[in-house]
Amino acid sequence: MIPFLALVRKDLKLFFSDRKAVIVGLLVPIVLASFFGFLFGGQSGKAETSKVPVLVIDQDESNISRSLITQLGGDKNLDVKPATLDAAREAVRKGKATVAIVIPKDFGKDAGHALFTGENKPELGVLYDPSHNVELGMVRGILSGAVMQTVSKEMFTGKAGREMVNESLTQVENNPRISAEDRKALRDLLGSVNALNERQNEHREREGASGQRELSGGLTMPYGTREQAITSGQDIEYNGYAHAFSGMGVQFILFMGLDVGIALLMLRQSGLWQRLRAAPLSRTMLLGSRTVSASVIAGFILLVLFGFARVVFGVHIRGSFAGFVGVCAAFSLMTAAFGLMVAALGETVEATRGYSIMATLIMVMLGGAWVPTFVFPAWLRKLTVVVPTRWAMDGLDGMTWRGLGFSSALAPIGVLLLFTLLFGVVAVMRFRWRTE
Amino acid sequence: MLEVKHLTKNYGKLVAVTGVSFRADRGETIGLLGPNGAGKTTTVSMIAGLLSPDSGEVLIEGKQVKSDTDPVKLKIGLVPQDMALYDKLSARDNLTFFAALYSLAGAKAKQAIDDVLNLVGLSDRAGDKVETFSGGMKRRLNLAAALLHDPQILLLDEPTVGVDPQSRNAIFDNLEALKKRGKTLIYTTHYMEEAERLCDRIVIIDHGKMIANDTLQGLHKLLPVTNVIAIDLDDADGFRPEQMLALPMVKSCDLQEGTLRVGVHDLSRGAPGVLRWLAENGHSYHHVSSEQPDLETVFLTLTGRSLRDS
Repeated sequence: MIPFLALVRKDLKLFFSDRKAVIVGLLVPIVLASFFGFLFGGQSGKAETSKVPVLVIDQDESNISRSLITQLGGDKNLDVKPATLDAAREAVRKGKATVAIVIPKDFGKDAGHALFTGENKPELGVLYDPSHNVELGMVRGILSGAVMQTVSKEMFTGKAGREMVNESLTQVENNPRISAEDRKALRDLLGSVNALNERQNEHREREGASGQRELSGGLTMPYGTREQAITSGQDIEYNGYAHAFSGMGVQFILFMGLDVGIALLMLRQSGLWQRLRAAPLSRTMLLGSRTVSASVIAGFILLVLFGFARVVFGVHIRGSFAGFVGVCAAFSLMTAAFGLMVAALGETVEATRGYSIMATLIMVMLGGAWVPTFVFPAWLRKLTVVVPTRWAMDGLDGMTWRGLGFSSALAPIGVLLLFTLLFGVVAVMRFRWRTE
Repeated sequence: MLEVKHLTKNYGKLVAVTGVSFRADRGETIGLLGPNGAGKTTTVSMIAGLLSPDSGEVLIEGKQVKSDTDPVKLKIGLVPQDMALYDKLSARDNLTFFAALYSLAGAKAKQAIDDVLNLVGLSDRAGDKVETFSGGMKRRLNLAAALLHDPQILLLDEPTVGVDPQSRNAIFDNLEALKKRGKTLIYTTHYMEEAERLCDRIVIIDHGKMIANDTLQGLHKLLPVTNVIAIDLDDADGFRPEQMLALPMVKSCDLQEGTLRVGVHDLSRGAPGVLRWLAENGHSYHHVSSEQPDLETVFLTLTGRSLRDS
């Protein structure tokens, strides 16, 4: 037992002897986690996102186009500005605007006709920055709603709408392709729209001065939403820092494990390794002590990160504390075993550093440590179950902001321990003990 | 104490060591002499149990090292060629750690640490980090770390590489003190002066093969000459040393940088004959001295190559 404890103590002493490295090693994940936590919603879980810059080119200059621009400008997610076509194209190309909407000449008129006949639909031009596909989808949705509401409102309540209904009535009467039954139905429909429009007009003239609102604002969304975040308990808000600190903790502990492996690789090429091997120590003791010391260091890093997150950002372990400790311990062991495997498989220090950094970054990325896995495509989400960091992240998220019980920690702990076993077996089998 | 029998080690097609055998008794110092890459470190690694020989065996007091934790290992102390210390730890912390590897703790460890620090003259620097030490001090601490568990056999793999003459002398003093305590020392080096000064017997290894195993006097007997006359010529241009080999008393002749070295068996009869021949053939000189052949000459004779050039 004396040699084992000495080996562990020595590793810890060496780690803490370089105080600058320890401080920097803790500061960097704290700074990054604070930044990501802020981006992902901060303490209240409500991120202050920037508005999507949208340019509008109004070539129609009709009531409908002006109403449409006003409607878009009123959306809290959009920053709408008028522009010329050339200026808009240049701004999107340079990334200064995400989307530019071109409202073509006669858009209002054509859209009004198309609303009832479905024919000759006008096209809105949409110029977009291909690196902002997510925002494009959002703008497209907002635009659809705004166009529907603006055009229908004008049709049911506006002067232009009355003119267009009358024109449509004439077209219906003169169109030989429309059957007599359909003509009658359309005549009734357009007549009803006209009647409604007249009533709206009278109502506006009679009560507009009193400030009372119109009877109809056109076609609108037939529903609203009442949003409620489901967190670990009532009145407990989602804390974006919880996920960010878990993610950065996972990333930097993996890097620490990598350092342990590289250090072991370098040790094997030094006189120190000969001295260790000359002593009456078993191989289990040499590798086991490394595993324990690396796990203790990993535990220390997690403790400092979550301690900071608790004090500064109010991150709490809302779920099972025992589950949280279990996930941390299992992940620490897995990291240590990963480091040993790196040392076992590595040839030269330089090459090993290169490919193991790549492997670590892939694990971190796929595990959801940078961005949550829900933004991944479905097939990738399924694939990431083979990545140990995914289980660590799920376990830590579950025990922190999701507030899950100990039973929910069992699967992550079990899988992480299986990975520990796998990495450990590979390390022991492939470790080159020979000194040359 | 230590018996090495027909050790052989190959790395693929490369023969690192083949058929090396020697024995070392209590209090004896054996020098393993050979150029870099000769197989000295591989031999030491097999003795220390770091490498398994392909064939042959190492017996320590009649026992083989059979496993990583074999107690026989307690009888061996290894001083690796590369510095085997933690720079970020103090000398005492290093020694405390290495003592613990041999299950030494508490008062017993403290006593052992104080003893070895005293032996290598580093007691006053015990609390300082190793990174602040000079190369010579590190070498001495490297030696001290191998002595903590009081091993009977000390394996020293080129322990003076890169140290200044003063530190080298200090290490030699330490080793001589250990020898007086009855320790068996196996000392690998490619410095012939070190082997000549310290070793009772010298094992010469080249290309993995043992080519000699004898005392210094015994090795000298292998030489075709026992004395060398060194003559500094006034004008060495055009001098052809092979002409001198025609003289019956001359066994070897070599001219380097204006100094003619002539090997003879009998100095009293050889020297006058050589000087007379030079005078008769019109070669003047300004200095004459005699030299004893050294291990360099022995190595040159046995391998046809210079020890340092190999």
